[in-house]
Amino acid sequence: MLDVLTGFVTELRAAGLPVSMTEAVDAAEAVHHIPLEDRQALKYALAATMVKSSAHWKAFDTAFEVYFAIRPPGATAEETGAAYGDEQGADGDEMAELSGAGRGRGGAGGQALSAEELAEMLFRALKSANDAQMAALARQAVTRYAGMEPGRPVGGTYYLYRTLRNLDLDGLLRRLMEAARQEAGGVLTPLEERLATDEFRSRLDRLRRELEDEIRRRLVADRGAEALARSVRKPLPEEVDFMHATREELAALRRAIHPLTRKLAVRLARKRRHGRKGPLDFRSTVRHSLSTGGVPVDPKFRYPRPAKPEIFVVADISGSVASFARFTLHLVYAISSQFSKVRSFVFIDGIDEVTRFFDGVDDVAEALHRINTEADVVWVDGHSDYGHALTVFWERWGEEITPRTSVLLLGDARNNYHASQAWVVQELRHRARHVYWLNPEPRAYWGTGDSIVGEYAVHCDSVVECRNLRQLEQFVSELT
Amino acid sequence: MTGGEGDTTTGALGFPEPGPPRFASVAEVREKLDASGYLADDGIAGVVHLADRLAKPVLVEGPAGTGKTELAKAVSRITDSRLIRLQCYEGLDESKALYEWNYRKQLLRIQAQQLVDEPELDVPATTGRPRTWKALEEDIFSEPFLLTRPLLEAIRCTDPVVLLIDEVDRVELETEALLLEVLSDYQVSIPELGTVRAERIPMVFLTSNNTRELSEALKRRCLYLHLDYPSLERERAIVRTRVPGISDELADQVARIVRSLRTLELKKYPSVSETLDWARTLVVLGVQSIDAEQAKATLHVLLKYRSDLERAAKELSVAESSGSSAL
Repeated sequence: MLDVLTGFVTELRAAGLPVSMTEAVDAAEAVHHIPLEDRQALKYALAATMVKSSAHWKAFDTAFEVYFAIRPPGATAEETGAAYGDEQGADGDEMAELSGAGRGRGGAGGQALSAEELAEMLFRALKSANDAQMAALARQAVTRYAGMEPGRPVGGTYYLYRTLRNLDLDGLLRRLMEAARQEAGGVLTPLEERLATDEFRSRLDRLRRELEDEIRRRLVADRGAEALARSVRKPLPEEVDFMHATREELAALRRAIHPLTRKLAVRLARKRRHGRKGPLDFRSTVRHSLSTGGVPVDPKFRYPRPAKPEIFVVADISGSVASFARFTLHLVYAISSQFSKVRSFVFIDGIDEVTRFFDGVDDVAEALHRINTEADVVWVDGHSDYGHALTVFWERWGEEITPRTSVLLLGDARNNYHASQAWVVQELRHRARHVYWLNPEPRAYWGTGDSIVGEYAVHCDSVVECRNLRQLEQFVSELT
Repeated sequence: MTGGEGDTTTGALGFPEPGPPRFASVAEVREKLDASGYLADDGIAGVVHLADRLAKPVLVEGPAGTGKTELAKAVSRITDSRLIRLQCYEGLDESKALYEWNYRKQLLRIQAQQLVDEPELDVPATTGRPRTWKALEEDIFSEPFLLTRPLLEAIRCTDPVVLLIDEVDRVELETEALLLEVLSDYQVSIPELGTVRAERIPMVFLTSNNTRELSEALKRRCLYLHLDYPSLERERAIVRTRVPGISDELADQVARIVRSLRTLELKKYPSVSETLDWARTLVVLGVQSIDAEQAKATLHVLLKYRSDLERAAKELSVAESSGSSAL
């Protein structure tokens, strides 16, 4: 057990979780107090002692499933299918049918179930929310569709994709909804419709998880835990690269932005209250001196007036950095209550002010959508031209920049070999309080190809690499 | 002051010996919590069980209104312990959290010394008239002059105790350090008195709303429990046990609608306590089964932002168009 545990801890650390020595010892101690045959209890015990942030749960979950996977009993896929069929044969009529079909065809050496049978039974299992049967069918589906090849060094996403494509979950959802409607006598109220959809979605999600688990189990059996753990390792949410995030990761990042801004706001408010004290508050000092017989023992000070900086955000929203710019706009707007004035501009080769899209809008996502569709940012061909965009910015809005303004420039400075017009940034620097440049590219790529970030960098207060949430958070906390 | 723990605080592996276990198994924790009206899942029960066995504090984190504080209360109920609560806030310091010298009483003592010839003080420490400064100092820095605050009280208490340190993320990073000695060694050092050890290791729960990252040092000393919004089945069960007179059908509908709402992008998701409020509202209104109109009319119990309300109302009826297009 200790060997497995040390291997597991090593894997967690490799995945980026900060597991300290004492925590590992705690985990070992905790394992003594739980029944080892209870896999779920083991999981919670390890999580409670070693995972100290909810954002790390997914990484832990993946590693756990790999390291403490249930080994499938059979050696080959067909045998496995039949064995499972036998095991759960007592699960009612449908199960008997399933295992019967499995055995019959398995004996003949062919496929366990035909595609139509499988789809039909899956449909019925989903409709009646029969978890045991769903798990059995997931195994069948993986056997049939995933086409797993032993020894291939992949993480399983490919197999999952193949299985899902064949199962056609969207089609299943439609059929399920159809069935629900018929049961209700033809028509569902909008509310019922919505609830039914959500219910079936969650069942389909469960099916997807079953499939994932099954594929992972087989991969572990094939290649061993350590090899697989390496290939299924994913970056932690705060380290996901903005530029290369998958769709699910993007959604997760968007959800993470909100608590992040709350944290920042709290930190800002605190800094103000506990920072440098203002001038002596005479009235309060005298009032408090009464408790010490009129001797002003404890002088009171006024709180300093908060300095509310103005912020101008100038963001490149061309294809190459679009997702990054969206995030930053998200963030800037979420903390805009902290600043007296936030104005935002977006550009590709033309530039447009988009502050108005945020005014009086509660929903940032909607504002972003309007920016993407309505803002006038294309001048010639829709390829980034920093030089032109900056010149226009200077001509139209340069006057409004004051010594209280901080200018944030967001982009990768890949200028398609246009003129840089770096003098604009120099002028900005003269007039504004600070000029910062956030670059979503890895530092190693700066200045390669058509990247001219170096030309602008000499005029900026600082140029910051900003590729993930952690770096973004760090920058904003230093800014304020 | 050193309690009976002196010889047993370090076990074979350097862990504090937890004393007689409060629970026999995870299943027992779960049953007892269920019986007390707190529906736990395996994770919650498992962590409570471990906290008891390992004598470690539990750091409970999660969105507001998912039953973090309630868990500590439930555990104190099922273990027949006293609940000592330390509500954290900005500016909390050791005189509010640990202990304080009762300086008024100390002053009085000194003045009494000067004035009264034959003092009849209820201070048992001396023969009644300490003449030297040293004797006086020992006298006024003794237990009768000590005001215990929640942390010290939990440590000194001889009865079983559950200590709840609520919203620990509200104190400053520096103040967090105050907690460390109590949480890892269950002792408090008072310079004038010496070290106070726990007579009996209390169960400790810390809750956090995650408004800031807690320090590594604090996290390391705790077991971590993340309380998220409950699953559909659990929420339904919670509604059924906590709302008297609700029908199974209504409870099911309530839980399902709340789940749907949580899939939307809202400013603030409905919490479990708000779900319960909503269910109670519906019961009071005599609703048997919810339709869209009733849902919309009472949504303000669940959602507290205007934009959230509008969005939810829209989403609950938008399904119509997407549904009919699927037809």
